[in-house]
Amino acid sequence: MQELVDHPTTEAQVELIRSGKSLRSEEMTINMGPQHPSTHGVFRVELVLDGEQVVDAIPHLGYLHRCFEKHTEAMTYPQVIPYCDRMDYLGAMNNDWGYALAVEQLMGVQVSEKVEYIRVIVGELNRIASHLVGGIGTYGLDVGAFTPFLYCFRDREIILNIFEKLCGARLLYNYVWVGGLSHDIYPTFLDEIESFCGQFRNTIREVNELLTGNKIFTTRTKKVGVITKEVAINYGISGPMLRASGVKWDIRRDDRYSIYDRFDFEIPIGNDNDGALIGDCYNRYWVRMREMEESLRIVEQAVRDCRKTPTLMQGDVQKDVPKRIKPASGEIYSRTETSKGELGFYIISANGTNPYRVKVRPPCFVNLSILPDATRGYYVADLIAIMGSFDFVMGEVDR
Amino acid sequence: MNAVPIEAIHADLQSKFSDMIGDLRREPAETGTAYIIVKAEWIRDVCLYLRDDPQYLMNNLNLLSCVDFREMKGQEYQGQLGVVYHMSSLQPVGDEWKTIHSVAIKSYVPLSDPHIPSVARVWRTADWHEREGYDMFGIIFDGHPDLRRILLPSDWEGYPLRKDYKVPDYYNGMKVPY
Repeated sequence: MQELVDHPTTEAQVELIRSGKSLRSEEMTINMGPQHPSTHGVFRVELVLDGEQVVDAIPHLGYLHRCFEKHTEAMTYPQVIPYCDRMDYLGAMNNDWGYALAVEQLMGVQVSEKVEYIRVIVGELNRIASHLVGGIGTYGLDVGAFTPFLYCFRDREIILNIFEKLCGARLLYNYVWVGGLSHDIYPTFLDEIESFCGQFRNTIREVNELLTGNKIFTTRTKKVGVITKEVAINYGISGPMLRASGVKWDIRRDDRYSIYDRFDFEIPIGNDNDGALIGDCYNRYWVRMREMEESLRIVEQAVRDCRKTPTLMQGDVQKDVPKRIKPASGEIYSRTETSKGELGFYIISANGTNPYRVKVRPPCFVNLSILPDATRGYYVADLIAIMGSFDFVMGEVDR
Repeated sequence: MNAVPIEAIHADLQSKFSDMIGDLRREPAETGTAYIIVKAEWIRDVCLYLRDDPQYLMNNLNLLSCVDFREMKGQEYQGQLGVVYHMSSLQPVGDEWKTIHSVAIKSYVPLSDPHIPSVARVWRTADWHEREGYDMFGIIFDGHPDLRRILLPSDWEGYPLRKDYKVPDYYNGMKVPY
């Protein structure tokens, strides 16, 4: 074992360095985060690196922990809904809906057709808005494409404006209530959605041209971060991430909650065309792209149904809201498909006005847990691409 | 693969594991989710059986939640924490994947000795869920590969989701203003 030399002074030492025998090779531990643009929130990964290669990635979470589950025990059932908004703040409609549906199922409340249609419309629009930010816009940013991000935000703005007119909030809506909705739709609601649907396919085409076929983008994402379906299921992965691994499973189709059985839509899954591998970063991105089209189809069908039967959009949206929400003792596990995956609510009622316990199954929390396994052996630059493709929102991971 | 109703799963588990399996309950009777009560020491074996038996193949653990039952009405809840497992079987049917059947399992863990076998090696997803359970309730999952706090700082004292938790006045010697 020869002595290591940092600052060579003699001819022999220079020779020693040239021969490569003195090169140090030891693992380095560095922190990525908590404040890092590609962690999409406050999240720290302790990286053990061998040169540029990731030997281990140890996630440290909890920076955004706001005691959601503790709070719910002190709140009445409707008061919990604003807290649900703040979990996945990119797809708050779907969170509210998941919680409201769980309480409705526990109490056996049936909501009217009108409420179901509005819920489907806003839920799918919110799914599009969430994918535009998380799965596509900022994912492009992560791997170095700035322009598609602006195109995505331009269209997300239209959706947020519709929601703002609908309920006064742009991000945290508190719109879906147990048994109903907080506000009725405004007169030009359907018109504005139709005009959005009319131009959104154009945006999808633009983003496809800018990003999907982009050589730099595909090189950075294809064959990177491959997750096989067996591993994914064992890790409990759900949503677009699981579908990218080739599992054609969607809770909207499987459980058929609400009125999703009336709409015709495809479930996009990952494929291995053009040098991609099933379950890689590119497929996770591509599944989200395709999912936006399918959400758009659902919205279009729902709006068409509303147009066809004018009586559908009449009636009070709060007529089924229970005066007193006090479910009988018992428990329920209810799940819905949000833009991130399977959002489950396990609610225990002790026949009070407050829930005894609310446990959330946050899809992002579960999806993120595969990070160490998915990144080991890749390069640091790939780690950014892999993390971005998970599309996690730390508000939901930490709750 | 055929869907097995939870009553049949319960009967089969009782024949396999005899008195380690308790009642099958469903509250409220029409709308609630049914669950089977299993003795805590046997939870890992029951989970492995449900995962690997060709009739069930419960390959997907949807949720692992810990509960503090001490303020529920009823003699059996006295001094008990608990762990609830919601699992399902996700299998291909035609070209789509469907949830064939699902089951919920509940285990009581006494507060005086809060130990339960870990299922983190049965389903990897249980890893973080169990860490969260340890973090919030102080339930020790025996055999867990890396049982640390996950959401709270590592020097946090107490287990916040227990019903008798008092919010501390000081954190690391600093007064916490409310």
